[in-house]
Amino acid sequence: MTDVAATEIDREAARPTSRAAVRPPRGPDRDRIGPVVTYVVLSLAAFLSVFPFFWMVVGTTNTSFDIVRGKSWFGDQLLVNIRNLAEQVDLPRVLFNSFYIAIISTVATLLVSSLAGYAFEIFRHKWRERIFAALLLMLSIPFAALMVPLFVMMAGAGLINTYAAIILPTVANIFVIFYFRQATKAFPHELRDAAKIDGLKEWQIFLRVYMPVMRSTYAAATIIVFTLTWNNYLWPLIVLQTNDMKTMVLTISSLNSAYTPDFGVIMVATVITTLPTLVIFFLLQRLFVQGMLGSVK
Amino acid sequence: MAQTRLGRNENAAGWAFVMPALALIGLFMIYPILWSLWMSFQTGRGMNTTFGGFGNIQRLFADPIFLTALGNTLIFLAIQVPIMIMLALVFAVMLNNPRLKGRGLFRTAIFLPAVTSLVAYSILFKSIFSNEGLATQVVAFFGGPQIAWLAEPFWAKVVIILAITWRWTGYNMIFYLAALQNIDRSIYEAARIDGVPARAQFFRITIPMLKPVILFTTIISTIGTLQLFDEVQNITQGGPSNATLTLSQYIYNLTFRFMPSFGYAATVSYVIVVLVAVLSTVQFWVARDRR
Repeated sequence: MTDVAATEIDREAARPTSRAAVRPPRGPDRDRIGPVVTYVVLSLAAFLSVFPFFWMVVGTTNTSFDIVRGKSWFGDQLLVNIRNLAEQVDLPRVLFNSFYIAIISTVATLLVSSLAGYAFEIFRHKWRERIFAALLLMLSIPFAALMVPLFVMMAGAGLINTYAAIILPTVANIFVIFYFRQATKAFPHELRDAAKIDGLKEWQIFLRVYMPVMRSTYAAATIIVFTLTWNNYLWPLIVLQTNDMKTMVLTISSLNSAYTPDFGVIMVATVITTLPTLVIFFLLQRLFVQGMLGSVK
Repeated sequence: MAQTRLGRNENAAGWAFVMPALALIGLFMIYPILWSLWMSFQTGRGMNTTFGGFGNIQRLFADPIFLTALGNTLIFLAIQVPIMIMLALVFAVMLNNPRLKGRGLFRTAIFLPAVTSLVAYSILFKSIFSNEGLATQVVAFFGGPQIAWLAEPFWAKVVIILAITWRWTGYNMIFYLAALQNIDRSIYEAARIDGVPARAQFFRITIPMLKPVILFTTIISTIGTLQLFDEVQNITQGGPSNATLTLSQYIYNLTFRFMPSFGYAATVSYVIVVLVAVLSTVQFWVARDRR
């Protein structure tokens, strides 16, 4: 993990030493937050942030009874919990559903939304800014206001309990369109001009010039859209109704809503649910954060 | 711009490129939001509805469950969002100190909760705050009282607020860190030389410079909290006795749990739309430039 912080610190070290760094803190600096307070606060915050992950992993090795009694060290129930989970849930099927929905959604969203984001930046039209402003305004439409009509629409189209019903409403993602428009501002126009002189058509320029050049933008957007769709809960909860269509997130939720939930089993399922996004985060930390920040750059 | 042949081709390509996205947005956002507005004036059960005028709006004010859900949602908003924004700012300012050791590690750790699914972390919190669970033992260890976290209305709200704060503080902190790195350090040096105390530097330099980002994060947090669903559904299911029921959950219950009442559910959903619009406007107004 070549971390962003490392390069920042290098840059900081390379700077000529500032007067402030040489001069011992005196006078106005006396009410500056002391380094001890900083380390204590940050350590506490870091501990509290990470502890639930530890709790989750420890939980996979304990019985449900021990978990709700607060046992926070490893036990020997891991295999039992895994076996119980495999008996209650068709894991391969559920994992397939989750990956299928997340992957198809991500590919479709990136294609449709990056195409629009690119076009909004590249092509001039007298309505361009007005349409774009209207889209941004729509970012604040709460999903709660859409779900009732969306459900009736999907029911009318016979799409209840299908992958299509989950995927279709997520494909045109205004946030991703916005992200790509922002990123396209850095796309060199000379490349486009050169490609035009070479006789490439607009769609060829997009596929062969734009997409390869913007691959780190695509990578960041992939992470963000995959995480969003993988973790999506409310809409799948409404639309997916049979066990063989459920995703991992819906599965842990329904295990949890049992009259006496088996937390040992749930912890194993929770680890499986969390793992893909956690792995992506650690492999591509810088891109992940960049994707999160997309909208304010 | 002269309409050359090239210009016309570009126009066609531009429309072709944005059309798939605009068509989908039209079908899955604009059409439903308008339909939802129309629905909110309908009364009746299931698909058999008739025009009810402002009947649904009158029903809102006489509906104790709606008023409870509205109150809960606003309490979560008013308490959780300021706490989280302040914490995120403090962490970001602390982490922005280049002389701090291990800041990559601290930053990763504090951001980590933002990676989890809302349902997954909700279940973790539910198990930590179970009746005789870990949280109860920790409180007892420090000599505190025995608390039935999820069984008492007050404490159930506290757990929800703690949970959301855990999940989103690091996420907001990342926005502030990115913005802080764009502030020229020489401003602080100049302030220091002029003898401006650190606290005044924070309130007179850092906060004003971060104002656009603070506004942005406050608005997205407000929108997010107004739609709160996953956490309450999985930690408390809205209980005990509706003490944590949110507007989104009530809409869900009205539509999919009880006898479907689409019209009234749509009216409740428009309460969220109006709240988002009003609160965003207020936040813009508060953060406006007073010059």
